[in-house]
Amino acid sequence: MYHSAVWREPLLNELEETKKEKYATKSMLPDSLQRKTSLDIPNLDETQVIRHFLRLSQMNYGIESGIYPLGSCTMKYNPKICEDISRWEQFALLHPYQDETTTQGTLRIMYELEKMLCEITGMDHFTLQPAAGAQGEFTGLLITRAYYEHKKDFNRDEVILPDTSHGTNPASAAMAGYKVIEIPSTKEGTVDLEMLKKILSKKTACFMLTNPNTLGIFESEIIEIARLVHEAGALLYYDGANMNAIMGKARPGDMGFDIVHLNLHKTFSTPHGGGGPGSGPVGVKEKLGRFLPVPRVLKKQNNFCFDYEYPDSIGKIKATYGNSSVILKAYIYILLMGGNGLKETSEIAVLNANYMKKKLVDSTLYQLPYRQLRKHEFVISCEQLLSTKGIRAFDVAKRLLDYGLHPPTVYFPHIVKEALMIEPTESESKKTLDEYIDTLLKIAQEDPLLVKDAPHNTAVQRIDEIGAVKNPILTWKNIEKLNEIHI
Amino acid sequence: MQFIPNSPLKKSMLHELKLHDINDLFSDIPKEIKIENLKLPPSRHQQDVEDHMRQLARQNKSFCEMPSFLGGGYKPHYIPAVVKSIISRSEFYTAYTPYQPETSQGFLQAIFEYQSMIAELTGMDVSNASLYDGATAIGEAALMSMRITKKKTFVIPENISWEKKSILTNYTKGAGIKIKEVAYDKETGKIDLDDLKKTINAETAGFYLENPNFFGVFEDAVEEIHPLLQKNQSLFIVGVDPISLGICKSPGEYGADIVIGEGKSLGNPLDFGGSTLGIFACKNEFLRQIPGRIIGMTKDHQGKRAFCMTMQTREQHIRREKATSNICTNEGLCMLATATYLSWLGGKGLQELCETNFERGQQLRKQISAIPGFSRVFSGIHFNEFVIRCPDAAAVHTHLLRQGMQGGLLLEKWYPKLTNCMLFGVTELHNEESMTRLVSLLKEVC
Repeated sequence: MYHSAVWREPLLNELEETKKEKYATKSMLPDSLQRKTSLDIPNLDETQVIRHFLRLSQMNYGIESGIYPLGSCTMKYNPKICEDISRWEQFALLHPYQDETTTQGTLRIMYELEKMLCEITGMDHFTLQPAAGAQGEFTGLLITRAYYEHKKDFNRDEVILPDTSHGTNPASAAMAGYKVIEIPSTKEGTVDLEMLKKILSKKTACFMLTNPNTLGIFESEIIEIARLVHEAGALLYYDGANMNAIMGKARPGDMGFDIVHLNLHKTFSTPHGGGGPGSGPVGVKEKLGRFLPVPRVLKKQNNFCFDYEYPDSIGKIKATYGNSSVILKAYIYILLMGGNGLKETSEIAVLNANYMKKKLVDSTLYQLPYRQLRKHEFVISCEQLLSTKGIRAFDVAKRLLDYGLHPPTVYFPHIVKEALMIEPTESESKKTLDEYIDTLLKIAQEDPLLVKDAPHNTAVQRIDEIGAVKNPILTWKNIEKLNEIHI
Repeated sequence: MQFIPNSPLKKSMLHELKLHDINDLFSDIPKEIKIENLKLPPSRHQQDVEDHMRQLARQNKSFCEMPSFLGGGYKPHYIPAVVKSIISRSEFYTAYTPYQPETSQGFLQAIFEYQSMIAELTGMDVSNASLYDGATAIGEAALMSMRITKKKTFVIPENISWEKKSILTNYTKGAGIKIKEVAYDKETGKIDLDDLKKTINAETAGFYLENPNFFGVFEDAVEEIHPLLQKNQSLFIVGVDPISLGICKSPGEYGADIVIGEGKSLGNPLDFGGSTLGIFACKNEFLRQIPGRIIGMTKDHQGKRAFCMTMQTREQHIRREKATSNICTNEGLCMLATATYLSWLGGKGLQELCETNFERGQQLRKQISAIPGFSRVFSGIHFNEFVIRCPDAAAVHTHLLRQGMQGGLLLEKWYPKLTNCMLFGVTELHNEESMTRLVSLLKEVC
């Protein structure tokens, strides 16, 4: 059975054997500018540093360790070649402000990637500037604001979204200054058209939607949704977190969406880096192109350049031009896959999800709320396990860790009780899917005590997260406070 | 198809689902919007793509081929092989945000160590696990000042980069925050204290000061600023170049409430300005208003030391529209690079590095300003960036470029009053030889 490496690895500052004396600077820097407090950063040897972080890495799980089916996160394999090329010094050692004649390679990549993303989504213009999906949303909403201000329509201060939406949607809308109206989903797990009709008004700026939604259900009424939203004079926003489901099958632009954000670190296979750097490009229809952030990348004859001359642009959203290494990796990935490969990606991602769903639901140990056919992800419930054996989704997730498998997203979307949200992606083999299914079925039949006490085989056991909140220890200066946490 | 193991099993898996055609899985998509194919070139072999990328790479000139003396907040620094080795561990770089702490202890501990070192550097009590970059961190700090003080005016120096101003405007527009600017002293390049005193009042939520500032100049009257802000119950936000904190006073020592900065210089490559790292640290009393992830130390059920994400009720996945920020994915791997870099460098190494950068800055500025026609613009003490007025900045830029060198940042485009001014930047990577060459090329222009 799986067993994680268990290193009782001290903190960096505990590795330092003797504290070095305060460094006496020979600098000409005036004394009034110099720091008077000590700088408690340990002085270690390179061997100590490398062993420390290597041991830490061994207590961490990545997609290269095994399946990582976090729903709405699209944890797919990250081709090594992308990583390798992104570190070539001609790409990595470029200064953002150096003369454009000396960065033509990267400018061309940005220009071509924008065009590729336009084709994949059916949009007219793209910006690569946003640093992550949430920043893409925020950018989209700033564009929405700029659009209505330009039209001198100052009454639209509401953003509507379904109760299945990602948490970043309402948070981004609020940050852009909008009131958020959440509408409950239908019994089918989809947008409630009647409710939407009632709420859409001259105050609506935008309706934000993920399609397929976070239940993995395709919003089949999308054409009617788009018609209603546009009839109300509002814009339709596409959260691209679930784009892995429909590449080469359908495009948000054709569905009627006006603004789209993509997550290059999901759909386009750039590694998530343990939480970034990501990239959240934003695409818009023609009428909104003038509001995109500057600079835009243009092609003039055979040369590429940045253009800042867009008076209606929202300006800048992130320093420089976006997370360039991520942009580069996504470009390489799309070249490798090609149009046919991206279509195959979505087909197999959906096939894998439906295969897993069927096996799990047929077992009757887990329940599937809402419609049968799913796209690249599905949400099952542990409600029956809870009522019969007292096992919660949380416990199932922790027990999966004992088998060396990463758990799905849990307790999301909020409308499903005891939710396990599973997105296998196209990267996993049938054998791996079968193992994952078998393990989930096995856990459902295990001794509840064993499950509720899991994990047992990880570097640490179940963690006291409440203690962490009550008694925050956030730096190594405060670790004596650990004694105040009583288990 | 590469990277898709189940491609050959399509038929048999469909059969198990009692389906005949892959399109049966897409029957829920209305016909009107279905497409057959993407109009993109077909898939390519890895070797072929690598060749293509090599051709594109040749159209870029990296720092190694073309020495650059650009200032403006981004400068190349030496990155030890240790950093590349650690961030190439795929257990780290292919991991998601550590939602499952028991299987993410490695990353979580590294973030905890990063937070600890950032707190040390900045003189603050706590740090978050990073924001997108130093520029968006100003926006987040402005919003946080508003939440804490319930006031809606935010004050910045006139001389922060135009990019930062634009980002700040975008971050604060929705909240209705008004931005006011304070002039800089045309002689010293430092903040104009008289103008600052006139601008700060009881309505001020916070004041952002950059130190060293955009012109590379140290703000040395910081001790006078804190009482002024305190009197008006306004927060003091300081933006830093973290390398300067090796020797320079930490903002915590002169009364800062929030310290932010671009952390790219600590172990991350230039990357055309991408893969940035937003440093964000503050005093303990503001902990519950921090944007972004925070990692805490706690215990597991056996009483062993353990780490997890904490104070999550501030965050979007729980609080939705009431969250302190919309940020979800941050800059995890850049943060890990910084944690590795700082531990490789050590406190002593950072002090030496800071010293070298300061000395190089002084040396190059003296050499350039000694050339007839070239003059130092601001008298204030500067770090590793400085502003020089050239006889003809555009001609200088073109001449250097022809000779395979990138000069300073042309300031006139964004700051029309700074005619013919260039913002030079220099670090430990610029050796005597390249500095001498720069100076001799500059001499040729005049």
